Amino acid sequence: MENFRYLPGVTTLTLNRKACVGCGMCEVVCPHGIFSMHDNKARIDDLDGCMECGACAKNCPADAIGVTPGVGCASYIIQTWIKGKNVAACGSEKCC
Amino acid sequence: MSQKNSQHNSCCEKPSHEPVGIQTAARPITDVAQQNEVCCGSPPGPESSRYEKPGYALLDFVEAFVQTPAGPVPRVKTDLQWRDHAGTIRARLGINRAQHKIAPGLYCVGKPDAQAPVLVTANYKLTFDALRTELKAVSAWVLVLDTRGINVWCAAGKNLFSTTELIDRVNRTDLKKVVSHNRLILPQLAATGVAAHHVKKAIGFKVIYGPVRTLDIPKFLANGFTSEPSMRKVTFSTLERVILIPVELAHLPKPSFWVLLAAFVISGIGIQVFSFSAAWVRGMMLAVAYAVGILAGAIVTPTLLPWIPGKSFAVKGAIIGLIGGAAIVVLFQSNLQFWGALALMLCTTAVGSYLAMNFTGSTPFTSPSGVEKEMRKAIPLQALALIVALVAWVGAAFAG
Ligand code: SF4
Ligand code: SF4
Repeated sequence: MENFRYLPGVTTLTLNRKACVGCGMCEVVCPHGIFSMHDNKARIDDLDGCMECGACAKNCPADAIGVTPGVGCASYIIQTWIKGKNVAACGSEKCC
Repeated sequence: MSQKNSQHNSCCEKPSHEPVGIQTAARPITDVAQQNEVCCGSPPGPESSRYEKPGYALLDFVEAFVQTPAGPVPRVKTDLQWRDHAGTIRARLGINRAQHKIAPGLYCVGKPDAQAPVLVTANYKLTFDALRTELKAVSAWVLVLDTRGINVWCAAGKNLFSTTELIDRVNRTDLKKVVSHNRLILPQLAATGVAAHHVKKAIGFKVIYGPVRTLDIPKFLANGFTSEPSMRKVTFSTLERVILIPVELAHLPKPSFWVLLAAFVISGIGIQVFSFSAAWVRGMMLAVAYAVGILAGAIVTPTLLPWIPGKSFAVKGAIIGLIGGAAIVVLFQSNLQFWGALALMLCTTAVGSYLAMNFTGSTPFTSPSGVEKEMRKAIPLQALALIVALVAWVGAAFAG
């Protein structure tokens, strides 16, 4: 989203172009258009636009994409600080 | 005399012409209607639908049932009834939102055949309503997954709209008997929870990701299952943001009660140890500052989001909170000295910043790494601002 930019230089997204088989799935599923296909390989066009949703890595059949997926939600993160990662629930109504 | 007739007699004192022992059920329906009209005023409602079953309720949005090799499948209406709208309003206001769901399984719209597309969606009623109203000119099967009444995006993030749930639901509904193709159309935002290649391997169905927004579905279907790039990107328009505000506010009443109680108690502390009049007058100012902080962080910041300077939400909220605080100081200037004014401004700034930061959870572009980074910086500052505000506010009472 061009008119919404969040903090730069924080995303955990990585792409291993050697492993990529060129299926194009990452380009299709990314809701921020981060990837495009060149010479039958995926390329990251806009690293800082990534919101770490994990859709690309989940649908990459070659495991060429790495990302620590999660929800960018402050009240959820506060819960993980207080209660630990396993019991924290995305505030049932709040963010999701 | 049958029981039915004796009831009529007692009600209307109309002699029965019916011989004793004749089965009244065999009479033509018009007869009964006439009798009731004479008898109890208003005519009876329509006959029970042939789809009704003891122990089940027939839902408003079901139009009919279509027979398929996998059993009857409900055909749903493609426009909303008043009951749907009422439910939407309740859900938007956060009333009983968790219960706003429909039964998972197979539904359909129009007159689908074995070649008709299969659209997969979540069982949050608002999601289902949004989908069916876009399918007015379409014949399709609609496979509803059990996402516990949560929308597609959030359910995918929680692994409820998941590979296993999809595989399971396809098997349980016997979808293979209903359609002769092997394509499933999923909302693109479900990709966070579903691995297309695993679905293919497990049940042979090919997952095709459709557009992000439901309103693009007719176009997607007409274009031979392809989305234009703009149909694949999320947006966050002013309307999309404003619609989230009531839910943001719905979480505030409980903490607010304690905040306000504390505000009035703290405001009473002064030279005379505790003064009720001071608690009231100064407490009121603090309460207004708190309310303005909420206005700044939970209403103004989300609405004006793209136009407020700064990248992090805590900064955006703090800017708006500071402006609000300045307005309060002008409003109460006759009652305030320097320390009191400082306290009120810090208070609105901290509350605005904190609530704006909480809005990150409602946006479709904040990364968890980013939110965590911003919180590590912002929360200590917000806490510091509140402590300084507290000291300044109590101090002002002694100074004044
Ligand atoms: S994690 Fe999500 S936003 Fe980031 S590149 Fe992958 S699909 Fe796009
Ligand atoms: S999904 Fe994986 S294999 Fe397919 S194009 Fe993207 S990186 Fe390459």
